[in-house]
Order: sequence, then structure tokens, then C-alpha cells
Amino acid sequence: MIYDVKNLCFKYTAGGRTILKDASVTLQEGEIMSILGPNGAGKSTLLNCMANLLKPDSGEIYLCGRKMREMGIKEVAGCVSYVQQTHTPTFAYTVLNFVIMGRAPKIGMFRKPKTPDVQAARDALEILGIAHLAEKPYTEISGGERQQVIIARAIVQEPKVILFDEPTAHLDYGNQFRILGMIKIMQDRGYSIIITTHNPDHALLLGGTAAIIDRNGQLDVGKSSEIITEERLKKLYNTELRLLPIPELSRMACLQPLLKNPIQDSF
Amino acid sequence: MGLRLRGGPIESKEKRRIRSINLMFVLVLTAAVLFSLCVGKYPVTPIESVEIIVSNIFGITGNWEPMTESVVMKLRLTRTIAAVLVGSSLAVSGATYQGIFRNPLVSPDLLGVSSGACIGAAIAILMALPSGYIQLFAFCGGLLAVTITLLIPRMIRSDSNLMLVLSGIIVGGLMSSIMGFIKYTADPDTQLAAITYWQMGSLSYIKMTSVLSILPTIVVSMIILFAMSWWIDIVSLGEKEAKTLGANVRAILYVAIACSTLLTASSVCIAGTIGWVGLVIPHFARLIVGPDNTKLLPAACLIGAIFLLLVDTAARTIGSAELPLSILTGIIGAPFYAWLLYKQRMRLQ
Repeated sequence: MIYDVKNLCFKYTAGGRTILKDASVTLQEGEIMSILGPNGAGKSTLLNCMANLLKPDSGEIYLCGRKMREMGIKEVAGCVSYVQQTHTPTFAYTVLNFVIMGRAPKIGMFRKPKTPDVQAARDALEILGIAHLAEKPYTEISGGERQQVIIARAIVQEPKVILFDEPTAHLDYGNQFRILGMIKIMQDRGYSIIITTHNPDHALLLGGTAAIIDRNGQLDVGKSSEIITEERLKKLYNTELRLLPIPELSRMACLQPLLKNPIQDSF
Repeated sequence: MGLRLRGGPIESKEKRRIRSINLMFVLVLTAAVLFSLCVGKYPVTPIESVEIIVSNIFGITGNWEPMTESVVMKLRLTRTIAAVLVGSSLAVSGATYQGIFRNPLVSPDLLGVSSGACIGAAIAILMALPSGYIQLFAFCGGLLAVTITLLIPRMIRSDSNLMLVLSGIIVGGLMSSIMGFIKYTADPDTQLAAITYWQMGSLSYIKMTSVLSILPTIVVSMIILFAMSWWIDIVSLGEKEAKTLGANVRAILYVAIACSTLLTASSVCIAGTIGWVGLVIPHFARLIVGPDNTKLLPAACLIGAIFLLLVDTAARTIGSAELPLSILTGIIGAPFYAWLLYKQRMRLQ
């Protein structure tokens, strides 16, 4: 078992709104899990807790059988890669040097990357088919390319599990599915994967398990194909939608009926 | 706020390029050192000055006039070493601050470190403490100033580059008021002149003993910063990202701030506050070797040394009286920085 999250509770400020309430979830080796939920429900909060970026108020996270709060930053980073939403860094490091930074968990505080680290970064770029970007400044490539470069950096970290925070946000339609395809390939290569997403259809496409967080911080976990139901999604997102089998695609798809005036709806 | 600067890969070809660039800078620095030993009101030929230095190292006596030996060894050599140390310290600390604060707009002077260190030194002079204390007080003053500068954006929960710069201006303003008060209370006959000298930035009364007293601090701080330079790259991605890459962000920040503040404070101790070097030289170095701190810090170190040595040589040879260094660094640095900003705008998205 990669993750065993037990009874996690989280508030951003003391006395503030409870974001996560008694959240429990597990992730098996090689498994893929999508975290779904409306805005502000706590998808990213849960992911950040699992990435060791936020400290839960109570509850326990076991990472590869060990209590995460007793592990060092380097130990966690040696096991978990975190792919955050793309952003523009201040300094224009080249793509290759940016990917090499993924080797950090293996490098001491007063040391620098060596030839094997450079080679690992080159290999990762090769695997993802973006070797031609190596010498370009990271700040000057497109959003889709940046997301791929961050995934390359996640690979050179040689983790057991990769966490993706809304990997399809800010990407155009084609790039969204290119990235999802890449995530699926990562799973085939043996990585365990957790993603947060706004799109239930992405969770259906990826398969695996789904963790659904509602507005009250309640967490439901199950097989994507079983837990993602029309009724649940309607309630979760407070909108009309249909979950239909599409024979041509031989899969279930989450679709919107004709658009209604949302303002009238809320009165 | 986005100044985006170009970088190169860690490649053997690239490594060779960087090595030859650094070698070139070393040669230029050597030439600048020789030049600065020879020019002045009492000209000395380069061969003579090299002979004098070599013979002094090996304890041989030569057949030159004692006056020549005294000018080279007592005056110019001391001053040359001081200019090299101060220039490289300011440039390396500026590059480090820019990296760890992810902000190409900051420098030891803009963060208030220089004026804080200046106040520390002034207080030590006012209390008539021995010179070792001046260094300690300068360090504490610089550290206090940079801490306040960092706390203000935190208090108003702002993470923007501009807020850090504004905060530095606030602290700088506060420090100059305190400095005014210290000067007001200082004894005009003895202390005031010494304190004013610190504030203006000058190497004209430099002594070998004071150069030697800051040398170990500067060397150790630089070795530490060079050794951790790759981690400055990581921290420059932002706290969250650095942490998920396994960086102990706090530890890196504290060590880097301590070392660069020590560098700034040490140079303030012997030369007073000298503006612009810590801001402009890192940018110039980045234009040449790219943004990777593993290459940037050594390049900034060498370029800073060359720049301040040439500026100091100019300061003592141009006019009939010596010019304060900040006047010259400002005249060169300000237009140069404007040009850099203009040039880098071309690469903004």
C-alpha cells in the first residue's frame, strides 16, 4: 500500500470552516485515483496534505507504511513527486536544467548534480518525446509543453507515486487529453497516481478509483465506474447533467443537456 | 513582475564555454590589478610593481627606491585587495539575494542590509569599541534590517516582488533617519568624520590590518554560497515547489541570508556603503553566463571584483581630490541598469 490516510481533519484557520472531515482513503501500488469535488471542497487541500505541504489538524497519513509526519522532507520527496499547476518561474532556466532539479532528493545540500543526473533528465525528456525542448528556456515554451516538462521532472525524481494538482487546468482541449494520455502511460509504467480534476469525464477516462469530496468535507471513495453516478454528480455540482453509455466509444460519458439560464435556476 | 533571463544547459560544451569565460575574467582581473598598482600620482612600471610584490613575498631586497616600494606595498596593494574583496562580496551577495527571494529587483542596498550594517558600524564607533566589534555590530545591523524588510510583506500577507522592494525602501528610509540621529549625536571633532566616511563609501584610508580582519569571513561565506549555489536555483522556484523537491527551504534560506549578509557587512566595515554593485553586476553576469547560480555566483564574483577595482582606481586618479565610490558606481550603474531593463523587456511575454 502506498498511501493510507486515516481520519484526516483540516481547517485553514482555527475556528474556520472545516475543509476535510474524517477523510480516509487508501492508494494501492500501481493504482490511479481521481479526486473530484466542487470548487473549494478541498481537493487540493487533500492533495497538499498527502504531498506533505500542509499539516493536518488530526488524523494520520501513512506513506509506504511509515507515518509521514515522522519522515524528513527529503524522504517524502524521494517517494512522492508533486506536479503542480504550471507557472512561470522568475529565472529562465533551460528545460534540461529544470528537469535536473528533480534529482534534488538524491543530492546533498552542498553538492551539485553530476553526469548521471544530467543523463537521467535527458532520458526522461526522451521518454516523453520532448527531447527537442532540452536547451530552450523553460519560460519561453507553451503551457502544454511546460506541463510535460514538469512531468519529466517528476519522473527523474524516481518516485513511487505522482500527485497531479489539476493537470489539465489552463490547457487547450487537445493538450488536456495529451496530458491525460501521458498520465495513463505513467500508470502503465508502474507509478501510482493521484490527480485532482474538475471534470468527472476525466476521472471516467482514467478509470481506477475516484475520491469524491462534497461541500461538507465528506469523502467517498470507490471504483470510478461504480461511485461516479448521475445522481451523485448532480448533487455534487448542483447542476443538470447526464451520465450516458456511448456505444461508439464503448464507455460512459458525462454530458450536459442543453444550457439553461443559470440565473433563473437559482431563484 | 517578470524579468526573464536566458540560461544554458549543464553540458560539456557549455562547461567549456563557462570555463573559458571565467578564465577570461581572471585574466582581465589580473590585468586590472596590475593596472591599479601602477597608475596614480606616483607612477610605477608594471615590471617594477610585480618585482616588488614578489620580492616582498620571498623576503628579497631589490634596488628600487623605498618610496616606490612603500607606494606599491603599503598604499596600492592594500587598496587593490580591498577593492577586489568588496566588489566580489557585494556582487555575490546581490546575486544570492536575487536568487533566494526570486526577485531580480533586490540588492544589498535595496533590502536595507547595507544601511543596517552601516548603522551597526556607526554605533560601534560611537561606543568607541575595538574594530572586531565594528564587524560584529555591522553584521547584526544588516541582519536586523533584512529581517524587518522580510517581515513587512509577511505581515500584510503579500508575496509580490514589488512589495519586497517597497518594504526595502521603508527600511532604508528608517535606517537613514537613524543614521542622521547617530551623526547628530556624534562628536563632530572625532567621530563624525569617521562615520561620514563609512556612509560615503571609500577605500582611501584603508589599512592592511582591517582588510585581513574581514578576509576570513568573506572567504568562508563565499565558499559556503558557492557550495550551495545549485540549491539556490531550487529555492528560486518558490517555497512550495522547492519543498516537494526535497529542499529544506528554511535551512537554505537562513544559511544563504546569513552568508550574504556577512559579505555585505564585511564590505561595509572596510569601505562603507557602496551602491549599485550588488544590483547591476548580478544582472550583467546573468547576461553572460545565464541564470544558473552554479555559474552565476563565480561569474558575479569575478566581474564585481573587476568593476570595483576599476571604479576605485578611477576614483583616486580622475580628479585632484578623491571621489567617493558611490558617486562613480551610481553614474555607471544607474544608466546601465536602465539599459538592462530595456534589453530584458524584449524577452517578456
